[in-house]
Parts: sequence; C-alpha cells; structure tokens
Amino acid sequence: MRYIDLGLSDYKEAYRFQCEVRDNVAAGIFGNTLIITEHKSVITIGRKGSENNIFKRDAIEVLKVDRGGDVTYHGPGQVVAYPIFKLENEARDIHRFLRFLEEVGINFLNKYGVKGEARPGATGVWTGDSKIASIGIGVKKWVTYHGIAININPDLVPFSFIKPCGIDGVKITSLAELVKEGLNIQDAKRDLKESFEEVPLLAEAVCKG
Amino acid sequence: MAELKLPELAEGVNEAVVSFWHFKEGDSVKEGDEIVEMATDKAAFNVPCKFSGVLKKIAAKEGDTVKVGQVLAIIE
Repeated sequence: MRYIDLGLSDYKEAYRFQCEVRDNVAAGIFGNTLIITEHKSVITIGRKGSENNIFKRDAIEVLKVDRGGDVTYHGPGQVVAYPIFKLENEARDIHRFLRFLEEVGINFLNKYGVKGEARPGATGVWTGDSKIASIGIGVKKWVTYHGIAININPDLVPFSFIKPCGIDGVKITSLAELVKEGLNIQDAKRDLKESFEEVPLLAEAVCKG
Repeated sequence: MAELKLPELAEGVNEAVVSFWHFKEGDSVKEGDEIVEMATDKAAFNVPCKFSGVLKKIAAKEGDTVKVGQVLAIIE
C-alpha cells in the first residue's frame, strides 16, 4: 500500500488529487494508495444530501461532492483518510467496504482506549451516544475513493451549523473530548495508517500491492 | 439490442437511486464506459457499460429507485 500525507489541504485540490490517483489505480499504473489529510474548513454534501440540512454557513465554503451520504463538515483537527483501493473478486461489495472502514475506525479508537462501534443503518463510527467518525465513499471502475473522517481535536462548533449525515439530533464528538492528553495530529495520521494495515477481512484482500 | 441492468453492488443491497447519467439518449457508448452514477445510503457507484453501441433509451430517470437486475438502459 502506498501512503501519501497531504498535510493541511484545500478540499478541492485534495479532491482533484484523489481522482488522479483513483484513475491511475484503475489503470493499474499505481497500486492501492492511502491518502491521509486534514482539510481546511469546508461543508460537503453527498449524493443523498440536501442543502436543507445546512442551517448556517458563515464563511465556510459548501461543495456538492460525488460520494454517498449526506452533509458533513471537515476542518483542521479532523483526520481524513481516502483509501484508493481496487476492489477485486470477493471484495467487490461496496457495503462490505463500508463495514471495513468502520472496523478501521474502531481499531484506530482502540489505540486510544476508546471503544467505538458500528450501528446498523447508521454508517459511521459511534462511541456512547455520539458519532466520532463519518464515512462516505465513491466507486469508479471498482476503485474506491472518498472515505472516512475522524474527529481528533477539531472545533466542533461548525457541526452545529449542519444536520450531520441528515440525522436528527445526532451528537458529534471528538477524541479530544474523550481523551484529554497527548493528542497529536501527526501521531493520529500514523495510527490511522496502521489501522488500515492491521484490520483483517477486506484489509487482506485489498491492501496488497 | 442489449439491456443494461443494475448489477449487484453489495450483499443485501437490493436497490439504488440514480444520481445522474453521464450520457444522454443518442450518445455512442463503449464497453467499460461509466454510464450512470447510482447511490445507496453511503456509497456512490458508477455503473460500467457492458456493451458498445448507441444509448437508445434511458429506462430510469435521475432520482428513480432501481432494483438489482432492473433495466437501466437499452443499448443498440
């Protein structure tokens, strides 16, 4: 698995980059690639989403994007992983890939002593009664793009501007609310990359190359 | 004439919604072209065309819910 850290990126630039990588993975030029980044503040609307789920935007840019799911917020302090993986054979199941991303998120939280869980019908990673990671993917030529966003220590206020994932009354939390000390974005990126390498099931099928 | 049907996207997933067509009726398409984008709850999936020819008829409009195996388009 190739690994690319885009640092703090503009959403649109990172989007163009992941599409380029995706097309190269689809063409067999690149092997599977994991892109990890933090985004500058942005609100994105997925294919299932509606602008009605944005109550306020202040100066935050709003973009419609080609992933599944509804409205979400990205900003500094949130680690976003874009697994650009070619799905082959038994891995060609887009919802199994969503479950794989949940497992990766749960594995990641485990490293911080936080118990994460998946909820049937509410894709993402939850802890207690709050959501800590959002998931939405796109698939082109059986290559995945978009991915998972985990709140490490972002400003959570902008989440109150939206109805996250289009779900009423959803509480959003971050690792910083649960683990007070020793959080560092670079460490979190490394830990998330490790989680992608550690999680079995599809990890074995798709992380080769 | 060939019917392009919604393929199986995932175990237990029986339907998806048409997000938009990358082609319009009358366009030439070839095998492997991503012809239409479908969405399930958290995934957007581009359906590759299985045939080469002319997109004769679009059988499911944007916003329509389509079942697995249902005809999406007719290619001639």
